Amino acid sequence: MKERLSRETIAIRIARELFDGAVVNLGIGIPTLVSSFVPEGMTVIYHTENGALGFGPVVTSEEMQEKADIDLVNASGQYVTPLPGMCFFHHADSFAMIRGGHIDITVLGVLQVSERGDLANWMFPGRGVGNIGGGMDLAFNAKRVIVATEHTTKDGKPKIVKKCSVPLTAPQCVDLIVTDVAVIEVTGQGLLLRELAPGWTVEEAQAITEPTLIVAPDLKEIEL
Amino acid sequence: MINKVVESFEQAVEDVPDGAVIMIGNFAGPGGTPFYLIQALRKQGATNLTIIANTAGGIGLTLDYDDHRILFENKQVKKVIASFPFSTSPSRPSVAEKQILSGEVELEIIPQGTLAERIRAGGAGISAFYTPTGVDTVIQKGKEVRSFDGRPCLLERALTADYAFVRAYKADLMGNLVYRGTQRQFNPIMATAAKITIAEVDEIADVGELDPESIITPGIFVKRIVKVKQAPEFPRHLNRSFWVRRTQ
Repeated sequence: MKERLSRETIAIRIARELFDGAVVNLGIGIPTLVSSFVPEGMTVIYHTENGALGFGPVVTSEEMQEKADIDLVNASGQYVTPLPGMCFFHHADSFAMIRGGHIDITVLGVLQVSERGDLANWMFPGRGVGNIGGGMDLAFNAKRVIVATEHTTKDGKPKIVKKCSVPLTAPQCVDLIVTDVAVIEVTGQGLLLRELAPGWTVEEAQAITEPTLIVAPDLKEIEL
Repeated sequence: MINKVVESFEQAVEDVPDGAVIMIGNFAGPGGTPFYLIQALRKQGATNLTIIANTAGGIGLTLDYDDHRILFENKQVKKVIASFPFSTSPSRPSVAEKQILSGEVELEIIPQGTLAERIRAGGAGISAFYTPTGVDTVIQKGKEVRSFDGRPCLLERALTADYAFVRAYKADLMGNLVYRGTQRQFNPIMATAAKITIAEVDEIADVGELDPESIITPGIFVKRIVKVKQAPEFPRHLNRSFWVRRTQ
Protein backbone atom coordinates (compact mmCIF):
# COMPACT_ATOMS: atom_id res chain seq x y z
CA MET A 1 0.00 0.00 0.00
CA LYS A 2 1.45 3.33 -1.11
CA GLU A 3 1.64 6.10 1.39
CA ARG A 4 -1.03 8.74 1.06
CA LEU A 5 -0.99 12.37 2.10
CA SER A 6 -2.43 13.33 5.49
CA ARG A 7 -5.53 15.49 5.82
CA GLU A 8 -3.24 18.32 6.93
CA THR A 9 -1.10 17.94 3.80
CA ILE A 10 -4.20 18.13 1.60
CA ALA A 11 -5.09 21.34 3.46
CA ILE A 12 -1.55 22.73 2.98
CA ARG A 13 -1.79 22.10 -0.76
CA ILE A 14 -5.20 23.81 -0.97
CA ALA A 15 -3.92 26.81 1.01
CA ARG A 16 -1.58 27.45 -1.94
CA GLU A 17 -4.64 28.18 -4.07
CA LEU A 18 -5.64 31.15 -1.88
CA PHE A 19 -4.50 34.68 -2.63
CA ASP A 20 -4.16 37.96 -0.80
CA GLY A 21 -7.58 39.52 -0.21
CA ALA A 22 -9.49 36.38 -1.24
CA VAL A 23 -12.97 35.96 0.23
CA VAL A 24 -13.11 32.31 1.26
CA ASN A 25 -15.76 29.97 2.68
CA LEU A 26 -14.52 26.69 4.13
CA GLY A 27 -16.79 23.66 4.53
CA ILE A 28 -16.77 21.11 7.36
CA GLY A 29 -13.93 18.54 7.63
CA ILE A 30 -10.61 18.82 5.77
CA PRO A 31 -11.66 22.24 4.38
CA THR A 32 -11.74 23.72 7.89
CA LEU A 33 -8.04 22.81 8.29
CA VAL A 34 -7.03 25.02 5.35
CA SER A 35 -7.17 28.20 7.45
CA SER A 36 -4.29 26.90 9.59
CA PHE A 37 -1.90 26.91 6.62
CA VAL A 38 -2.35 30.32 5.04
CA PRO A 39 1.09 31.80 4.28
CA GLU A 40 2.23 34.46 6.71
CA GLY A 41 1.52 37.99 5.54
CA MET A 42 -1.41 36.94 3.34
CA THR A 43 -4.81 38.33 4.31
CA VAL A 44 -7.68 35.95 3.64
CA ILE A 45 -11.21 37.16 4.47
CA TYR A 46 -13.24 34.23 5.81
CA HIS A 47 -16.98 34.14 5.24
CA THR A 48 -19.41 32.10 7.28
CA GLU A 49 -23.03 31.40 6.37
CA ASN A 50 -24.38 32.56 9.71
CA GLY A 51 -23.30 36.10 8.98
CA ALA A 52 -19.71 37.09 9.64
CA LEU A 53 -16.76 38.12 7.48
CA GLY A 54 -13.14 38.62 8.46
CA PHE A 55 -13.10 36.70 11.75
CA GLY A 56 -10.00 35.07 13.21
CA PRO A 57 -8.88 31.54 14.13
CA VAL A 58 -11.03 28.93 15.89
CA VAL A 59 -10.78 29.05 19.71
CA THR A 60 -8.63 26.14 20.91
CA SER A 61 -9.72 24.00 23.84
CA GLU A 62 -7.07 25.65 26.05
CA GLU A 63 -8.46 29.09 25.22
CA MET A 64 -12.11 28.08 25.70
CA GLN A 65 -12.53 29.55 29.17
CA GLU A 66 -11.08 32.87 28.17
CA LYS A 67 -12.26 33.41 24.61
CA ALA A 68 -15.32 31.34 23.65
CA ASP A 69 -18.39 33.46 23.01
CA ILE A 70 -21.74 31.93 22.04
CA ASP A 71 -22.36 34.89 19.77
CA LEU A 72 -19.20 34.44 17.72
CA VAL A 73 -19.33 31.07 15.96
CA ASN A 74 -18.67 29.75 12.48
CA ALA A 75 -20.96 27.58 10.37
CA SER A 76 -19.62 24.42 12.06
CA GLY A 77 -20.65 25.80 15.43
CA GLN A 78 -17.03 26.35 16.46
CA TYR A 79 -16.16 29.39 18.53
CA VAL A 80 -13.99 31.81 16.55
CA THR A 81 -12.07 34.90 17.56
CA PRO A 82 -12.64 38.54 16.62
CA LEU A 83 -10.28 40.42 14.29
CA PRO A 84 -10.13 44.13 13.47
CA GLY A 85 -12.30 44.80 10.42
CA MET A 86 -14.66 41.90 11.14
CA CYS A 87 -18.34 42.52 10.34
CA PHE A 88 -21.72 40.88 10.91
CA PHE A 89 -24.85 40.60 8.76
CA HIS A 90 -28.02 38.54 8.56
CA HIS A 91 -28.56 35.30 6.67
CA ALA A 92 -30.14 36.80 3.55
CA ASP A 93 -27.18 39.17 3.11
CA SER A 94 -24.82 36.28 3.79
CA PHE A 95 -26.30 34.30 0.91
CA ALA A 96 -26.49 37.42 -1.26
CA MET A 97 -22.70 37.32 -0.97
CA ILE A 98 -22.69 33.67 -2.03
CA ARG A 99 -25.38 33.77 -4.72
CA GLY A 100 -24.20 37.14 -5.99
CA GLY A 101 -20.76 35.77 -6.82
CA HIS A 102 -18.87 37.63 -4.10
CA ILE A 103 -17.15 34.53 -2.68
CA ASP A 104 -13.84 33.94 -4.49
CA ILE A 105 -13.15 30.41 -3.32
CA THR A 106 -15.06 27.74 -1.47
CA VAL A 107 -13.48 24.53 -0.25
CA LEU A 108 -15.92 21.66 0.19
CA GLY A 109 -15.89 18.00 1.19
CA VAL A 110 -16.90 15.19 -1.16
CA LEU A 111 -18.92 12.00 -1.24
CA GLN A 112 -18.45 11.68 -5.00
CA VAL A 113 -17.16 13.97 -7.74
CA SER A 114 -17.69 13.14 -11.41
CA GLU A 115 -15.51 13.57 -14.46
CA ARG A 116 -17.49 16.60 -15.55
CA GLY A 117 -17.23 18.21 -12.13
CA ASP A 118 -20.58 17.19 -10.66
CA LEU A 119 -20.38 17.30 -6.87
CA ALA A 120 -22.31 15.07 -4.46
CA ASN A 121 -21.74 15.72 -0.76
CA TRP A 122 -24.98 16.28 1.10
CA MET A 123 -26.49 12.83 1.70
CA PHE A 124 -25.04 10.76 4.55
CA PRO A 125 -23.79 7.46 3.17
CA GLY A 126 -26.12 4.62 4.11
CA ARG A 127 -28.54 6.68 6.20
CA GLY A 128 -31.04 7.74 3.56
CA VAL A 129 -31.05 11.28 4.92
CA GLY A 130 -28.84 14.33 4.57
CA ASN A 131 -28.31 18.01 5.27
CA ILE A 132 -28.13 20.50 2.43
CA GLY A 133 -27.12 23.46 4.58
CA GLY A 134 -25.21 26.20 2.77
CA GLY A 135 -23.18 23.82 0.60
CA MET A 136 -25.55 23.81 -2.36
CA ASP A 137 -25.57 27.61 -2.67
CA LEU A 138 -21.78 27.63 -2.38
CA ALA A 139 -21.27 24.89 -4.97
CA PHE A 140 -23.58 26.62 -7.46
CA ASN A 141 -22.39 30.16 -6.96
CA ALA A 142 -18.86 30.57 -5.59
CA LYS A 143 -16.40 31.80 -8.23
CA ARG A 144 -14.12 28.81 -7.70
CA VAL A 145 -15.00 25.47 -6.12
CA ILE A 146 -12.16 23.38 -4.74
CA VAL A 147 -12.92 19.99 -3.23
CA ALA A 148 -10.80 18.26 -0.61
CA THR A 149 -11.09 14.51 -0.22
CA GLU A 150 -9.52 11.14 0.26
CA HIS A 151 -9.09 9.61 -3.20
CA THR A 152 -11.14 6.52 -2.30
CA THR A 153 -13.81 5.56 0.21
CA LYS A 154 -12.95 3.68 3.40
CA ASP A 155 -13.58 0.39 1.59
CA GLY A 156 -11.37 1.37 -1.33
CA LYS A 157 -13.98 2.44 -3.90
CA PRO A 158 -13.24 5.44 -6.16
CA LYS A 159 -14.73 8.76 -5.05
CA ILE A 160 -13.84 10.25 -8.43
CA VAL A 161 -16.42 8.61 -10.69
CA LYS A 162 -17.79 8.76 -14.24
CA LYS A 163 -21.26 9.60 -12.98
CA CYS A 164 -22.35 10.26 -9.39
CA SER A 165 -24.65 7.58 -7.98
CA VAL A 166 -25.86 9.66 -5.01
CA PRO A 167 -27.96 12.87 -5.12
CA LEU A 168 -26.04 15.84 -6.48
CA THR A 169 -25.16 19.00 -4.61
CA ALA A 170 -24.51 20.80 -7.89
CA PRO A 171 -23.76 19.71 -11.46
CA GLN A 172 -20.55 20.79 -13.21
CA CYS A 173 -19.38 23.03 -10.39
CA VAL A 174 -15.98 21.69 -9.31
CA ASP A 175 -12.84 23.43 -10.58
CA LEU A 176 -10.09 21.61 -8.70
CA ILE A 177 -9.92 18.26 -6.89
CA VAL A 178 -7.22 17.86 -4.23
CA THR A 179 -6.93 14.34 -2.80
CA ASP A 180 -4.47 12.39 -0.69
CA VAL A 181 -2.99 11.10 -3.96
CA ALA A 182 -3.35 13.76 -6.65
CA VAL A 183 -4.26 17.26 -7.75
CA ILE A 184 -6.75 17.11 -10.62
CA GLU A 185 -8.21 19.98 -12.60
CA VAL A 186 -11.70 19.67 -14.07
CA THR A 187 -11.56 20.85 -17.71
CA GLY A 188 -13.96 20.84 -20.63
CA GLN A 189 -12.07 17.86 -22.01
CA GLY A 190 -12.10 15.84 -18.81
CA LEU A 191 -10.00 15.40 -15.70
CA LEU A 192 -6.47 16.75 -16.03
CA LEU A 193 -3.96 15.09 -13.71
CA ARG A 194 -1.57 17.87 -12.70
CA GLU A 195 0.23 16.65 -9.60
CA LEU A 196 0.88 13.34 -7.87
CA ALA A 197 1.80 12.52 -4.27
CA PRO A 198 5.45 11.46 -3.78
CA GLY A 199 6.07 7.90 -4.99
CA TRP A 200 2.83 7.57 -6.97
CA THR A 201 2.74 6.77 -10.69
CA VAL A 202 0.08 7.78 -13.21
CA GLU A 203 -0.98 4.12 -13.52
CA GLU A 204 -1.43 3.75 -9.77
CA ALA A 205 -3.54 6.91 -9.55
CA GLN A 206 -5.58 5.84 -12.57
CA ALA A 207 -6.26 2.45 -11.01
CA ILE A 208 -8.21 4.08 -8.15
CA THR A 209 -9.96 6.65 -10.37
CA GLU A 210 -13.03 5.63 -12.40
CA PRO A 211 -12.85 8.07 -15.34
CA THR A 212 -9.80 8.19 -17.58
CA LEU A 213 -7.33 10.84 -16.47
CA ILE A 214 -5.68 13.15 -18.97
CA VAL A 215 -2.03 13.50 -17.97
CA ALA A 216 -0.76 17.09 -17.94
CA PRO A 217 2.39 17.55 -20.06
CA ASP A 218 4.02 19.20 -17.05
CA LEU A 219 2.83 16.61 -14.50
CA LYS A 220 4.80 17.01 -11.29
CA GLU A 221 5.04 15.92 -7.68
CA ILE A 222 2.63 17.77 -5.37
CA GLU A 223 4.22 21.05 -4.35
CA LEU A 224 3.56 22.27 -0.84
CA MET B 1 -46.80 55.78 24.28
CA ILE B 2 -45.84 52.59 22.56
CA ASN B 3 -44.69 49.84 24.89
CA LYS B 4 -44.47 46.34 23.45
CA VAL B 5 -43.05 44.67 26.53
CA VAL B 6 -44.89 41.55 27.65
CA GLU B 7 -44.28 40.48 31.23
CA SER B 8 -43.83 36.75 30.75
CA PHE B 9 -42.93 34.25 28.06
CA GLU B 10 -46.16 32.37 28.85
CA GLN B 11 -48.17 35.51 28.07
CA ALA B 12 -46.16 36.17 24.92
CA VAL B 13 -47.13 32.82 23.35
CA GLU B 14 -50.57 32.21 24.88
CA ASP B 15 -52.52 32.97 21.68
CA VAL B 16 -50.56 30.58 19.41
CA PRO B 17 -53.29 28.35 17.91
CA ASP B 18 -53.07 24.73 16.79
CA GLY B 19 -51.86 24.59 13.19
CA ALA B 20 -49.80 27.80 13.43
CA VAL B 21 -46.77 28.36 11.18
CA ILE B 22 -43.83 29.49 13.31
CA MET B 23 -40.38 30.72 12.29
CA ILE B 24 -37.67 30.17 14.88
CA GLY B 25 -34.24 31.80 14.72
CA ASN B 26 -31.47 29.26 15.19
CA PHE B 27 -28.14 28.11 13.85
CA ALA B 28 -25.17 26.00 14.94
CA GLY B 29 -24.91 26.56 18.68
CA PRO B 30 -26.96 28.41 21.24
CA GLY B 31 -26.38 32.02 20.15
CA GLY B 32 -29.45 33.58 18.56
CA THR B 33 -31.95 30.94 19.67
CA PRO B 34 -35.07 32.12 21.58
CA PHE B 35 -34.96 29.38 24.24
CA TYR B 36 -37.55 30.79 26.59
CA LEU B 37 -40.15 31.35 23.90
CA ILE B 38 -39.65 27.76 22.74
CA GLN B 39 -39.99 26.47 26.32
CA ALA B 40 -43.13 28.54 26.82
CA LEU B 41 -44.62 27.15 23.62
CA ARG B 42 -43.97 23.60 24.77
CA LYS B 43 -45.80 24.38 28.01
CA GLN B 44 -48.62 26.11 26.10
CA GLY B 45 -49.04 22.97 24.04
CA ALA B 46 -50.27 24.13 20.59
CA THR B 47 -50.13 21.22 18.14
CA ASN B 48 -49.99 20.56 14.38
CA LEU B 49 -47.36 23.27 14.08
CA THR B 50 -45.29 24.00 11.00
CA ILE B 51 -41.79 25.03 12.04
CA ILE B 52 -39.56 27.03 9.71
CA ALA B 53 -35.98 27.05 10.98
CA ASN B 54 -32.48 26.22 9.80
CA THR B 55 -32.48 22.92 11.70
CA ALA B 56 -35.05 20.61 13.19
CA GLY B 57 -33.42 21.06 16.60
CA GLY B 58 -31.18 18.93 18.74
CA ILE B 59 -28.54 18.32 16.10
CA GLY B 60 -25.82 18.54 18.72
CA LEU B 61 -23.13 20.27 16.69
CA THR B 62 -21.58 21.57 19.86
CA LEU B 63 -24.31 21.32 22.45
CA ASP B 64 -27.38 19.39 23.34
CA TYR B 65 -29.35 22.29 24.74
CA ASP B 66 -33.12 22.67 24.74
CA ASP B 67 -33.85 24.25 21.39
CA HIS B 68 -36.96 23.55 19.26
CA ARG B 69 -36.11 19.84 19.61
CA ILE B 70 -38.44 19.91 22.63
CA LEU B 71 -41.41 20.78 20.39
CA PHE B 72 -40.76 17.61 18.38
CA GLU B 73 -40.36 15.59 21.59
CA ASN B 74 -43.70 16.90 22.77
CA LYS B 75 -45.29 15.90 19.43
CA GLN B 76 -46.40 19.44 18.61
CA VAL B 77 -44.95 19.52 15.08
CA LYS B 78 -46.54 18.23 11.89
CA LYS B 79 -44.15 19.79 9.36
CA VAL B 80 -40.67 21.31 9.33
CA ILE B 81 -39.06 23.44 6.64
CA ALA B 82 -35.28 23.39 7.15
CA SER B 83 -31.90 23.22 5.41
CA PHE B 84 -29.97 21.20 8.01
CA PRO B 85 -32.56 18.94 9.66
CA PHE B 86 -30.47 15.92 10.65
CA SER B 87 -27.89 15.13 13.29
CA THR B 88 -24.42 14.77 11.79
CA SER B 89 -23.78 11.93 14.21
CA PRO B 90 -25.39 8.64 13.08
CA SER B 91 -25.19 7.30 16.62
CA ARG B 92 -27.19 10.24 17.97
CA PRO B 93 -30.12 10.76 15.60
CA SER B 94 -32.33 13.66 16.64
CA VAL B 95 -35.94 13.22 17.74
CA ALA B 96 -37.03 14.96 14.55
CA GLU B 97 -35.07 12.48 12.41
CA LYS B 98 -36.98 9.52 13.84
CA GLN B 99 -40.29 11.32 13.36
CA ILE B 100 -39.42 12.34 9.80
CA LEU B 101 -38.32 8.83 8.82
CA SER B 102 -41.46 7.29 10.32
CA GLY B 103 -43.64 9.77 8.41
CA GLU B 104 -45.02 11.33 11.56
CA VAL B 105 -43.48 14.70 10.63
CA GLU B 106 -43.30 16.04 7.07
CA LEU B 107 -39.97 17.52 5.99
CA GLU B 108 -39.33 20.10 3.30
CA ILE B 109 -35.56 20.33 2.91
CA ILE B 110 -34.21 23.32 1.01
CA PRO B 111 -30.84 24.96 0.44
CA GLN B 112 -29.96 27.41 3.20
CA GLY B 113 -29.65 30.40 0.87
CA THR B 114 -33.02 29.61 -0.66
CA LEU B 115 -34.52 29.29 2.83
CA ALA B 116 -33.10 32.69 3.81
CA GLU B 117 -34.22 34.37 0.59
CA ARG B 118 -37.71 32.84 0.73
CA ILE B 119 -38.09 34.31 4.21
CA ARG B 120 -36.67 37.68 3.13
CA ALA B 121 -39.03 37.70 0.13
CA GLY B 122 -41.96 36.85 2.40
CA GLY B 123 -41.22 39.85 4.59
CA ALA B 124 -40.62 42.10 1.60
CA GLY B 125 -43.83 41.35 -0.29
CA ILE B 126 -42.04 39.53 -3.12
CA SER B 127 -44.21 36.53 -4.04
CA ALA B 128 -41.47 34.49 -5.68
CA PHE B 129 -37.98 34.77 -7.18
CA TYR B 130 -35.61 32.88 -9.44
CA THR B 131 -32.37 31.39 -8.13
CA PRO B 132 -29.81 29.15 -9.84
CA THR B 133 -29.30 27.08 -6.69
CA GLY B 134 -30.78 23.60 -7.03
CA VAL B 135 -31.13 23.27 -10.83
CA ASP B 136 -30.69 19.61 -11.91
CA THR B 137 -30.80 18.39 -8.31
CA VAL B 138 -33.62 16.93 -6.19
CA ILE B 139 -34.55 20.51 -5.28
CA GLN B 140 -35.81 21.15 -8.81
CA LYS B 141 -38.71 18.71 -8.45
CA GLY B 142 -42.05 20.39 -9.19
CA LYS B 143 -40.55 23.82 -9.79
CA GLU B 144 -40.58 26.05 -12.85
CA VAL B 145 -37.18 26.32 -14.56
CA ARG B 146 -36.42 29.45 -16.55
CA SER B 147 -33.15 30.70 -18.00
CA PHE B 148 -31.86 34.24 -17.58
CA ASP B 149 -28.77 35.29 -19.53
CA GLY B 150 -28.24 31.65 -20.37
CA ARG B 151 -28.34 30.44 -16.78
CA PRO B 152 -31.18 28.14 -15.72
CA CYS B 153 -32.92 29.12 -12.49
CA LEU B 154 -35.69 27.73 -10.26
CA LEU B 155 -38.78 29.66 -9.29
CA GLU B 156 -38.96 29.70 -5.50
CA ARG B 157 -41.97 30.91 -3.52
CA ALA B 158 -41.84 33.28 -0.56
CA LEU B 159 -42.31 32.00 2.99
CA THR B 160 -44.37 33.76 5.61
CA ALA B 161 -45.52 32.72 9.06
CA ASP B 162 -48.10 33.38 11.72
CA TYR B 163 -45.41 33.89 14.35
CA ALA B 164 -41.68 34.50 14.39
CA PHE B 165 -39.72 33.76 17.55
CA VAL B 166 -36.53 35.81 17.38
CA ARG B 167 -33.58 36.37 19.67
CA ALA B 168 -31.88 39.74 19.90
CA TYR B 169 -29.52 41.44 22.29
CA LYS B 170 -31.43 44.60 23.09
CA ALA B 171 -34.82 46.12 22.33
CA ASP B 172 -36.35 49.48 23.03
CA LEU B 173 -39.98 49.86 24.04
CA MET B 174 -40.97 50.47 20.39
CA GLY B 175 -39.55 47.11 19.39
CA ASN B 176 -36.39 48.34 17.65
CA LEU B 177 -33.79 45.58 17.92
CA VAL B 178 -30.02 45.36 17.99
CA TYR B 179 -28.12 42.09 17.88
CA ARG B 180 -24.78 40.84 19.03
CA GLY B 181 -22.28 39.07 16.75
CA THR B 182 -23.43 35.96 14.92
CA GLN B 183 -26.62 35.97 17.00
CA ARG B 184 -28.14 37.83 14.06
CA GLN B 185 -28.30 34.95 11.50
CA PHE B 186 -31.96 34.27 10.54
CA ASN B 187 -33.48 36.51 13.22
CA PRO B 188 -33.72 39.88 11.39
CA ILE B 189 -35.30 38.35 8.27
CA MET B 190 -37.73 36.17 10.22
CA ALA B 191 -38.79 39.27 12.16
CA THR B 192 -40.07 40.76 8.90
CA ALA B 193 -41.94 37.70 7.62
CA ALA B 194 -44.49 36.91 10.34
CA LYS B 195 -47.79 38.40 11.37
CA ILE B 196 -46.71 38.37 14.99
CA THR B 197 -43.01 38.65 15.78
CA ILE B 198 -41.98 38.06 19.37
CA ALA B 199 -38.46 39.06 20.40
CA GLU B 200 -36.60 37.51 23.34
CA VAL B 201 -33.93 39.94 24.52
CA ASP B 202 -31.33 40.48 27.24
CA GLU B 203 -32.08 44.13 27.78
CA ILE B 204 -34.89 46.59 27.23
CA ALA B 205 -34.05 50.26 26.72
CA ASP B 206 -36.20 53.36 26.85
CA VAL B 207 -37.21 54.98 23.58
CA GLY B 208 -34.31 57.09 22.37
CA GLU B 209 -31.61 55.10 24.13
CA LEU B 210 -30.64 52.98 21.13
CA ASP B 211 -28.47 54.60 18.48
CA PRO B 212 -30.77 54.87 15.41
CA GLU B 213 -27.74 54.10 13.20
CA SER B 214 -27.23 50.75 14.90
CA ILE B 215 -30.80 49.42 14.81
CA ILE B 216 -30.98 46.27 12.67
CA THR B 217 -34.67 45.40 13.03
CA PRO B 218 -36.97 48.44 12.89
CA GLY B 219 -39.61 48.29 15.60
CA ILE B 220 -42.62 48.11 13.26
CA PHE B 221 -41.67 44.47 12.56
CA VAL B 222 -41.90 43.51 16.24
CA LYS B 223 -45.17 43.03 18.13
CA ARG B 224 -44.01 41.74 21.49
CA ILE B 225 -40.81 41.90 23.52
CA VAL B 226 -39.92 39.70 26.46
CA LYS B 227 -36.83 40.11 28.62
CA VAL B 228 -34.74 37.13 29.64
CA LYS B 229 -34.60 37.14 33.43
CA GLN B 230 -31.77 34.68 33.88
CA ALA B 231 -29.34 32.71 31.77
CA PRO B 232 -30.90 29.52 30.38
CA GLU B 233 -29.90 26.24 31.95
CA PHE B 234 -27.29 25.28 29.41
CA PRO B 235 -25.76 21.86 29.91
CA ARG B 236 -22.20 21.13 30.89
CA HIS B 237 -20.60 22.13 27.61
CA LEU B 238 -21.25 25.77 27.99
CA ASN B 239 -19.34 27.85 30.44
CA ARG B 240 -21.98 30.00 32.05
CA SER B 241 -19.60 32.91 32.39
CA PHE B 242 -19.95 33.61 28.66
CA TRP B 243 -23.62 34.16 29.16
CA VAL B 244 -23.14 36.25 32.26
CA ARG B 245 -20.51 38.36 30.54
CA ARG B 246 -22.76 39.11 27.61
CA THR B 247 -25.67 40.17 29.76
CA GLN B 248 -23.61 42.64 31.78
